[in-house]
Amino acid sequence: MIYVNGDEQQDAATVAALLERLGFGERARGVAVALDGEVVPRAEWHAARLAPGTRVEVVGAIQGG
Amino acid sequence: MQYRGAEAISPPGEGLTIGDRTLRSRLILGSGGFTSLELLAGAVEASGTGLVTVAMRRVEATARGSLIALLDGLGVGVLPNTAGCFTARDAVRTAQLAREALETNWIKLEVIGDEQTLLPDAVELLVAAEQLVDDGFVVLPYTTDDPILARRLEDAGCAAVMPLGSPIGSGMGICNPYNIALICERAGVPVVLDAGVGTASDAALAMELGCAAVLCASAISRAEEPVAMARAIAAAVAAGHEARAAGRIPRRRLASASSPREGMPDLG
Repeated sequence: MIYVNGDEQQDAATVAALLERLGFGERARGVAVALDGEVVPRAEWHAARLAPGTRVEVVGAIQGG
Repeated sequence: MQYRGAEAISPPGEGLTIGDRTLRSRLILGSGGFTSLELLAGAVEASGTGLVTVAMRRVEATARGSLIALLDGLGVGVLPNTAGCFTARDAVRTAQLAREALETNWIKLEVIGDEQTLLPDAVELLVAAEQLVDDGFVVLPYTTDDPILARRLEDAGCAAVMPLGSPIGSGMGICNPYNIALICERAGVPVVLDAGVGTASDAALAMELGCAAVLCASAISRAEEPVAMARAIAAAVAAGHEARAAGRIPRRRLASASSPREGMPDLG
């Protein structure tokens, strides 16, 4: 199990694979990802592996400020 | 990079230069509080703004993109904020997420110290500002109206300082105009009045005090007629900027006749 935005999700091999499964697509414009609080640059999404228990945050812009 | 304090009183019509970018308007619009994207779009157009703030939050695939697509379509820049962060650490991480997501190194830095007042935490704010400047960000910090803290933020390399007029969303206007004027007189970077504007006259006063721009969200988005208020506040920003450049008369306690004494007829 991994945790995506606080919810349990099935494991995924990499950040890119997870985003694909969630429907974001690998180029997912306007989205950023943090693994256990550390920001993962877009260029590393394909290489970034997701160990079981990883807390994944997927964030984007909303109205505010 | 050179910043000029005189920027604050440059002729009306000239763009506002912050960091590496020149903005077409001295009104920065917050996107929070609009009840629909249509209203937001109407306010963006009515305000003439070139820069709109957004917040960073968890998103799902289905909700992705519509706000950014809208702002892109309107031809305005996006200024992400770190709203909701209470520590320098969280604010820095949020800024880094925003840079990745939105491909901008501009950040409206907010580090809040208290839920009820939403006043900035000065200590955390300065720490975050230093780290973000070191990391290559163009930092626009939301700060208290303390002239010394404003100077410290400028010394840390912030591209602007954004003091509050009064608490976020309070609509109380500029509670301490003397401090805002002091900040403007001393700053070598543009001063943006951020938070507290309730109506157009507050925005005009900010500009008359020497601010280079006004950032406004709730006063527009929560007005009864947001699009009309966007237009009114934009006009007030322009009017206040022009009045500042024109040079107001000094205040005096007693009257000073504008008609001459000489030549009065004898109506005995």
